[in-house]
Amino acid sequence: MKIGAPTEVLQGERRVALTPDSAKQLQKLGYTCLIQSGAGAAANFSDEDYEKAGVEVVSDQAALWAQADIITKVREPQESELARARAGQTLVSLFMPAQNGELLQKFADKKVNVIALDMVPRISRAQKMDVLSSMANIAGYRAVIEAGNNFGRFFTGQITAAGKVPPAKVLVIGAGVAGLAAIGTAQSLGAIVRAFDVRPEVAEQIESMGAEFLMLDFEDQQGDGAATGGYAAPSSPEFREKQLECFRAQAPDVDIVITTALIPGRDAPKLWLEDMVKAMKPGSVVVDLAAERGGNCDLTVSGEKITTENGVVVVGYTDFPSQMATQSSTLFATNVRHMMDDLTPEKDGQININMDDDVIRGATATKNGEITFPPPKPKVAAIAAQKPKVPEKTAEEIAADAVAAERKAGRQQVGLLVFGAALMGLIGLYAPAAFMQHFIVFVLAVFVGFQVIWNVSHSLHTPLMAVTNAISGIIILGALLQLGSGSWIVPVLAGISVLIATINIVGGFMVTRRMLQMFNKS
Amino acid sequence: MSIGLQTAAYIAATVLFILSLGGLSNQESAKRAVWFGIVGMALAVAATVFGPGVDLSSPLVVSVILVTVIAGTVIGAIVAQRVEMTGMPQLVAALHSFVGLAAVFIGINSDLTTHSFASDAERVIHETEIFLGVFIGAITFTGSIIAYGKLAGKIGGKALILPGRHFLNIAMVVASIALMILYMNHAGSWTLYLMTLIAFAIGVHMVMAIGGADMPVVVSMLNSYSGWAAAATGFLLGNDLLIVTGALVGSSGAILSYIMCKAMNRHFLSVILGGFGNSSGPAMEIEGEMVATDGDFVAESLDDAQSIVIVPGYGMAVAQAQQAVSELTKRLRAKGKNVRFAIHPVAGRLPGHMNVLLAEAKVPYDIVLEMDEINDDFADTDVVIIIGANDIVNPSAQDDPNSPIAGMPVLEVWKAKQVFISKRGQGTGYSGVENPLFFKENSRMFYGDAKSSMDQLLQKIN
Repeated sequence: MKIGAPTEVLQGERRVALTPDSAKQLQKLGYTCLIQSGAGAAANFSDEDYEKAGVEVVSDQAALWAQADIITKVREPQESELARARAGQTLVSLFMPAQNGELLQKFADKKVNVIALDMVPRISRAQKMDVLSSMANIAGYRAVIEAGNNFGRFFTGQITAAGKVPPAKVLVIGAGVAGLAAIGTAQSLGAIVRAFDVRPEVAEQIESMGAEFLMLDFEDQQGDGAATGGYAAPSSPEFREKQLECFRAQAPDVDIVITTALIPGRDAPKLWLEDMVKAMKPGSVVVDLAAERGGNCDLTVSGEKITTENGVVVVGYTDFPSQMATQSSTLFATNVRHMMDDLTPEKDGQININMDDDVIRGATATKNGEITFPPPKPKVAAIAAQKPKVPEKTAEEIAADAVAAERKAGRQQVGLLVFGAALMGLIGLYAPAAFMQHFIVFVLAVFVGFQVIWNVSHSLHTPLMAVTNAISGIIILGALLQLGSGSWIVPVLAGISVLIATINIVGGFMVTRRMLQMFNKS
Repeated sequence: MSIGLQTAAYIAATVLFILSLGGLSNQESAKRAVWFGIVGMALAVAATVFGPGVDLSSPLVVSVILVTVIAGTVIGAIVAQRVEMTGMPQLVAALHSFVGLAAVFIGINSDLTTHSFASDAERVIHETEIFLGVFIGAITFTGSIIAYGKLAGKIGGKALILPGRHFLNIAMVVASIALMILYMNHAGSWTLYLMTLIAFAIGVHMVMAIGGADMPVVVSMLNSYSGWAAAATGFLLGNDLLIVTGALVGSSGAILSYIMCKAMNRHFLSVILGGFGNSSGPAMEIEGEMVATDGDFVAESLDDAQSIVIVPGYGMAVAQAQQAVSELTKRLRAKGKNVRFAIHPVAGRLPGHMNVLLAEAKVPYDIVLEMDEINDDFADTDVVIIIGANDIVNPSAQDDPNSPIAGMPVLEVWKAKQVFISKRGQGTGYSGVENPLFFKENSRMFYGDAKSSMDQLLQKIN
């Protein structure tokens, strides 16, 4: 079958859903790849690059839609594209079926199968095809860069000959994929980063990125994100109040605010209110990644950058991934490629929309003329439910445990000594003096052995075994002493013993030497 | 040679043996230390041959000594030259069996030669010594042969669990004790021979019931037994050098077994009695999916990484991949990357097995680290490559109290940014426990034979 990627119709969209790299992989799955001439130009992929990768370059949009059996693109389709679609075709792209119900119906009517990439469920298995995550990652990075572009100072603190520069303070609200990417980027530029999220379980992730988690002093914490497929849920009014209070306290202090808070299927919650913007220092920057869904900040204008009366810049751009078209196209195309991987289990170039597969079921919005959206709940939970935490032991308890353990060890030692002494006494009562002398030697040798062997380096345990093997060949002495005595059978057995003990000694020592020679320092 | 001079030589040999074991505390002094052992052994043998106990006037004795010693030296030298480093476990096991067999022969010989005793107590002790020497020697002999067979792949590695095996073991030990009592009451030599056969059976049965990753414990235990057998022979012959050396070897093996058991968080008895621990509840459910990857991606990640840790396991030895791994290490280090190895105490089939394999492949020993030395560094590691290891990197040892390997210290590889697992297939490790590491988000499975996987990487990294 043929997979084709047209030029994006939407004004300003620079991404492309097929790259030369992903095309090579798709060809391995048995597909033929087509690209509309110039489709990759804005993302720095020339037609020649595609040709080199074995992709057929098609002159115009109409020809591409006519030839391809599967259309892959970035943005949800426009009416003009609907007109080009034909029955039996499959469309793999973002679709937002919840918002675009009418369009979805039209595609269903035309019997076009729609795989909505934004509907891929958030389970680990599907992460490789989760375009929302990969695009959010880019948006988070780009948000920091954009903030830096509009911010008149360094991110990192410096002490220079011309004076001291304080580090920038960055507050990230919402620690999803975009938030975490923003935290990481700001952190690596040297800023002091604080972050907030309504899901307490992400605190660990935030701290692992090096940011400070703003903890709310709130009794009834939010339920964990596991119930909502890894996304945040709306919060109670009391919780919201606490949250705003916390932000209000941060506003005069922070230089850059990056908001990424979204709740699935709703408008973005207003979290950075007008009075907070007013409280910020002039020259501060707010980047609102939720601008497309109404914005987290009161003053956000979708798609635009504004400057408030008190000199705060509020950035409401909605095309961050598109601004980094090469990178985002690469990731997007890889996500698409993974999706096709799952859709082509036989690797024979034939698409198989298997509705028993959780991931495919979730992403499929129409099939054979029927609307299959919304999908049923996936069988696998997105993330594990939180386990109740075991209360950590206090210092006193740990100390008490240690003391108890020591006492127990002490008691055991005393017990062993008493037992050993009793045993010795018993042997001493009956055994002759000569035996006892040998016994002293034996016991001392065991102790010396224990002391010496504990110091042996772990890496030399194999040579240790080989060398002890060699010296346990000392048993040859016993055999040597028996050679001369008794009937014929005694010398025979003793002779065999000398032979095998010699093998042991020579073999053991030589192999030890061989091994030790190999240990070299770099 | 007088008895006094002989004793002096024995004392010198004892000191040299202790020094040679003590020298193994680090790699450089170890190279010298092995010479102490060789000189000590030469002294001891020479002092015995020329001492009062051996009748050098008899041509038969001289010729037997010459023939056996020369033949033994040649065979030993050939074996030591030829053995592959991956074959070390088998060789060590085979050599143990020799000590065991020699102990059995010497004990039987002692029974065949007549003795006169000053007191009844002395006779009882002498006879106990014979019995103990033969008993331990016999178990060591057959146990080591079975261990050899398992390690060399001549006998199936799986544990053979007979019904009522504990009862069987106890019955055999009780029978041996009964035979010893009969023997002391002048029942005749047949009791000794019968007991030898029973002890042979115990050795076979015991090692047959143990398999796979428990082999390091078995080999160390047999090492220990061979020492105790030598010590028992020393008592029998009233020879202090034998007693001391036997005790040194015995305690060495005992410590190795202890370290191995500690590293698996198991009791020595439960390992020796065979079978694997029972879980106390349902295992934790594993979420996620094993994601396979290919050589290109691994090579790319290695190229981007700054710090890399390689975790080798038995699979590396099986696939003979150590040379390729060493070459890979060399190339990565030439690029200025920090490459290190993390060795779990029970990786492989012999204590310290991995260290020897890597040393053979010319990996410098100062980048080969023990578990405790490297476990804290995983969080700062970019890429971890696991080659043929499973249980030693299983996070359920820490997370899942119901897991059969719960509490076992493991390498915390999952803390690294990216983990690659080179593995033949999707199977579980020796313990049969599913490994949640493979399902983690930062884990990628690099399927295939370890050797060919590494060769594949070598083609991509210059």
